[in-house]
Amino acid sequence: MNKIPEKLLRGLKVVVFLACLGPLAVLTWKAFHQLLGANPVDVITRSTGKWTLVFLLVTLAVTPARRLLRMPWLIRFRRMLGLFAFFYGTLHLMTYVWLDQFFNVQSMLHDIAKRRFITAGMTAFALMVPLAFTSTRGWIRRMGGKRWQKLHRLIYFSAAAGVIHFLWLVKADRSRPLAYGLVLLMLLLVRLVTWLVGKLRMHHAGAIIAAPALRRQVANTGDEPI
Amino acid sequence: MLIKKPNDIPSSEITPKSSYVSRRAFITGAVAAGAALAGGAVLRNSISSGAHPATVEAAGEKLSGIIKSHYSATETPTSYKDITNYNNYYEFSTDKYAPAGLSKDFRTRPWAVSIDGMVKKPKKLDIDSIMKLAPLEQRIYRFRCVEGWSMVIPWVGFPLSALIKQADPLPSAKFVAFQTILAPDQMPGQRDDVLQWPYVEGLRMDEAMHPLTILAVGLYDEVLPNVDGAPVRLVVPWKYGFKSIKAIVKVSFTDKMPPTTWNIMAPNEYGFYSNVNPTVDHPRWSQATERKIGASLFAPKQKTLMFNGYSDQVASLYNGMDLRKYF
Repeated sequence: MNKIPEKLLRGLKVVVFLACLGPLAVLTWKAFHQLLGANPVDVITRSTGKWTLVFLLVTLAVTPARRLLRMPWLIRFRRMLGLFAFFYGTLHLMTYVWLDQFFNVQSMLHDIAKRRFITAGMTAFALMVPLAFTSTRGWIRRMGGKRWQKLHRLIYFSAAAGVIHFLWLVKADRSRPLAYGLVLLMLLLVRLVTWLVGKLRMHHAGAIIAAPALRRQVANTGDEPI
Repeated sequence: MLIKKPNDIPSSEITPKSSYVSRRAFITGAVAAGAALAGGAVLRNSISSGAHPATVEAAGEKLSGIIKSHYSATETPTSYKDITNYNNYYEFSTDKYAPAGLSKDFRTRPWAVSIDGMVKKPKKLDIDSIMKLAPLEQRIYRFRCVEGWSMVIPWVGFPLSALIKQADPLPSAKFVAFQTILAPDQMPGQRDDVLQWPYVEGLRMDEAMHPLTILAVGLYDEVLPNVDGAPVRLVVPWKYGFKSIKAIVKVSFTDKMPPTTWNIMAPNEYGFYSNVNPTVDHPRWSQATERKIGASLFAPKQKTLMFNGYSDQVASLYNGMDLRKYF
């Protein structure tokens, strides 16, 4: 599975794109059929919030997954998944602005300043905005790979703020936010380990002329976005 | 004490007719289903306890002789479906939609409530005698959850004071403490330590004796469904919902402020009094507004009223108290 035909990849992209719209489709269908239960706004808020976090974590899983599974082509899905995180994040924010606060600006500003879980949520969203904006090929070229990559590490902080947002809003049962936190922690640990191994190899490569295979790997860690 | 009737409610706060009509359709179905269920329950009970009379009341069974009360709110009640499918009952689950299903087989018979502590007549009362302690009244009350949503609930019950008088508390008794049943075999939520079990709550004696404070044994003129705290629960309409403890097995009289579950869990977030108060926010969210269950998806939230709209009746209980300090 090191390489797959371009045609298949394009087909897969369409499938993944439609699957990513699934949660929204289910919500919309339920809303039209009065199946959102006693407190529909609460269900919409929770659902869009959950999918924002899920897409953030799935996006963060792409890089480790393509290494571990030796499927480098997975990178082709990363931008789409990240943009879906932003998409559901926007829906989540709109639910708050419209259905929860009813465009009451004063009340929202008060909320953002005073409620730490809202502050965390707003931070998580704000950090996604520049990433969504600069997600195009054009912006990668304009910024240069290294700088673009650096900027896009903001996703770590966005995801962390998202988990904290969830953790701070629950009343007593912390199991779900902690589960998301654990997954995020693992995804970040994988990166730390990869980075440390890379450093060590660089060090060795500098001292002795490494085997060609090793050199190839060093080069790989160097130019791939983490 | 002077008791005033609640002010008229503006039409904007009344549940839209469409949901009221669909509620009726639902009740018709629920009554039919309830009748079938009650038949089964009677049969089951007569098998399990031969000595027990076959008049055991099961959830869904119609209660008779209910009198109307002038303490009722004039608002249209929330649908039976929403009241019995959406609530917090952590003994079953932390998910608000789950207790309805998980509580279906909860056993409410036999059931006894022990009354002890600083009383002249400690006793153990069987649930069927509790239901005959006083005439059953319909009390349509506003219900405000600390999470920021609200309902209007047509409880059936009687003043807690009727039970208290039976026990004849000593003058030294200043508080009443309540306890929910501890039954982890029947209540899956009690197998997790999300909260400290059993659930405990408390009231000051004057709050407990207040005519608005009731023990509820029914809903919508029927026996109280398990999901809403059967067979007997407390309802204190001017306090946040979690004060209204469910499935009570113990009532104790004491001279010290009793511990309460959510206060033990997070003392800076949930006080002993927990009166509904739009001016004192929960540390993590605003209490100024509430979402009315059953309202349209695009309806704005409504303003929360001081003491949940029962100021005229209860504000005098807290004269001179700093409600920011004693939240």
